[in-house]
Amino acid sequence: MARVVVDVMLKPEILDPQGQAVASALPRLGISGVSSVRIGKRIEIEFAGEPNLEGARVIADRLLANLVIEDFVVRVEDTTEEPE
Amino acid sequence: MSTIIGVVTFPGSLDDRDAVRAVSRAGATAVRLWHGDADLHRVDAVILPGGFSYGDYLRCGAIARFSAVMETIIDAAKGGLPVLGICNGFQILCEAHLLPGALTRNQSLHFRNRDQRLRIGSTASAWTNAYVPGQEILIPLKSGEGCYVANAHTLDELEVDDRVIARYLGDNPNGSQRDIAGIRNEAGNVVGIMPHPEHAIDPLTGPSVDGLGFFASVLGYLARGPAKPPPGMEAVAASGVVGSGSGPAGFGPAGSGPANSVPALRSAATA
Repeated sequence: MARVVVDVMLKPEILDPQGQAVASALPRLGISGVSSVRIGKRIEIEFAGEPNLEGARVIADRLLANLVIEDFVVRVEDTTEEPE
Repeated sequence: MSTIIGVVTFPGSLDDRDAVRAVSRAGATAVRLWHGDADLHRVDAVILPGGFSYGDYLRCGAIARFSAVMETIIDAAKGGLPVLGICNGFQILCEAHLLPGALTRNQSLHFRNRDQRLRIGSTASAWTNAYVPGQEILIPLKSGEGCYVANAHTLDELEVDDRVIARYLGDNPNGSQRDIAGIRNEAGNVVGIMPHPEHAIDPLTGPSVDGLGFFASVLGYLARGPAKPPPGMEAVAASGVVGSGSGPAGFGPAGSGPANSVPALRSAATA
């Protein structure tokens, strides 16, 4: 099975109020020193045969990410167990 | 013949019935359009209503943008068909790149539900010409992802080209850049607005009747045709509004047909 992973993140200049809310909760966990939290999306696309990286890029570019506010990274993830 | 305005229902649309009611109240005939049907059934204009199309999955409007009806609407809008997107409809128009920018989570992270004062900006659009620039209106706002964002260049361009159709007055409810509540495209036929004019058409159910002006505007626009086609758009204007039964014959001087009702509605909206 071939899995392509797409990571979608808000562009750095776009405010991420969710990330800010999480960051502001961290001191209550007793963890200090965090300067920023940003929240994005991870999408896993599974292909029946070979991973279609180009196809995944089209999916990411046209649907999964809104390039006005988001950037994306596409990569193939090896899901096979140790080769026989 | 009465002007026919299509109101699209997506899975998860919420305000389609109120939009239909607003259209009727303004004196036009409303036709329900279905997201899975690519046929626009010869409507003269289209409204994309508020709600939570496709459960707001992925991003608000992202999936609706690829529905069968939207593919047709995108082409027709580029040809001059008047399209109004309210709330979720505004999000869909941005996702479809018929309008620039995007709508993101309210900065406060709170869903904002209140009657909102707005100042009308550009009246050079199919949906705002019944107002006067600077007019103050009060219509309901109810959204969780109403924060308008765009890059600085786009924002500057919107201001220079007089394409901001309304701004929030008082506290900015969602963090929208430059207090933007609604914008129009260059040609003026496509307008997106986050608050809900269709909920302010009847004193019994809304805080005012200020919203009626949006629907009265498009009737005037269709009767007169675009007032000043921007350079390069003359051909589009001359060919008439796409899907309109009236065609170039509708380009008479103001004061004939439905255009008559606009001044009356304008004073009603100001009251």
